Amino acid sequence: MDIKNIYHIAQRAMGAQLVRLNATASNLANADNIASSPQDAYKPVKPIFETKYFDLIRKRGISTVDAVTVQKMDVEPIKEYKPGHPLADENGFIYRAPVNIEEEYVDMLEASRQYQNNVEVISTVRALMLKTASIGK
Amino acid sequence: MVDNIKQQLNVLSNALRVRNKKQEILASNIANAATPHYKARDVNFEAELSRSLNVGPLKTSNSQHIALTSNSLPGKVQYRQSINPSVDGNTVELAVEQMEFAENSIRYQTTLDFINSKIKGLKSAIRGE
Repeated sequence: MDIKNIYHIAQRAMGAQLVRLNATASNLANADNIASSPQDAYKPVKPIFETKYFDLIRKRGISTVDAVTVQKMDVEPIKEYKPGHPLADENGFIYRAPVNIEEEYVDMLEASRQYQNNVEVISTVRALMLKTASIGK
Repeated sequence: MVDNIKQQLNVLSNALRVRNKKQEILASNIANAATPHYKARDVNFEAELSRSLNVGPLKTSNSQHIALTSNSLPGKVQYRQSINPSVDGNTVELAVEQMEFAENSIRYQTTLDFINSKIKGLKSAIRGE
């Protein structure tokens, strides 16, 4: 989709922040997941942000942001020795999802701040445009 | 007569247009506040306004030439010099952008108020009140 005006800029930025919030939510939901092999263990996901420019030559300076992909982080699951556990492998190990909860919280806070900033942009611009439309009345 | 009225509003309408453009660029900066390698941009309002006022429409020497108005010429968008650049190459500083956005909104609104009072003055002159 093309960026036609200021509403598109904020709208797509809000969409990207929502993708980020979704990723954080699924990371937190899976924070204590246990698997019986390192391959099956949950790996935290992170969205990749990319600037989308209004024009190819970038002359007008208008751009927005898209979450182009959501990638799995390259981290090893936490290996724990628990022989009695029902999910333990033959050597008695279980594998916990390596989710850093503090990092996810900070990410969540930042995403929500960014989202609010874009909402603020939209409401300011909307108020100004309504006033512009009623010039001379 | 109509030309006179147009001239009266020329500066203000150009100012409004430049403010609008600046608003779009600031919105782009805010949208990209978390994007790695994004460089914050901005326009110089005074320079843009005087450019839009000084550069007249292109002269046409033939009736088949298409006149190009000054407003369709691209402006000069510059990069912001950031105070605390971050490690990921992003130069957006949210506090700076928010202040700029707020200031620009207020100035846009003030320009609107100027236009409104100008129109009011012209109206009362026309009515002869």
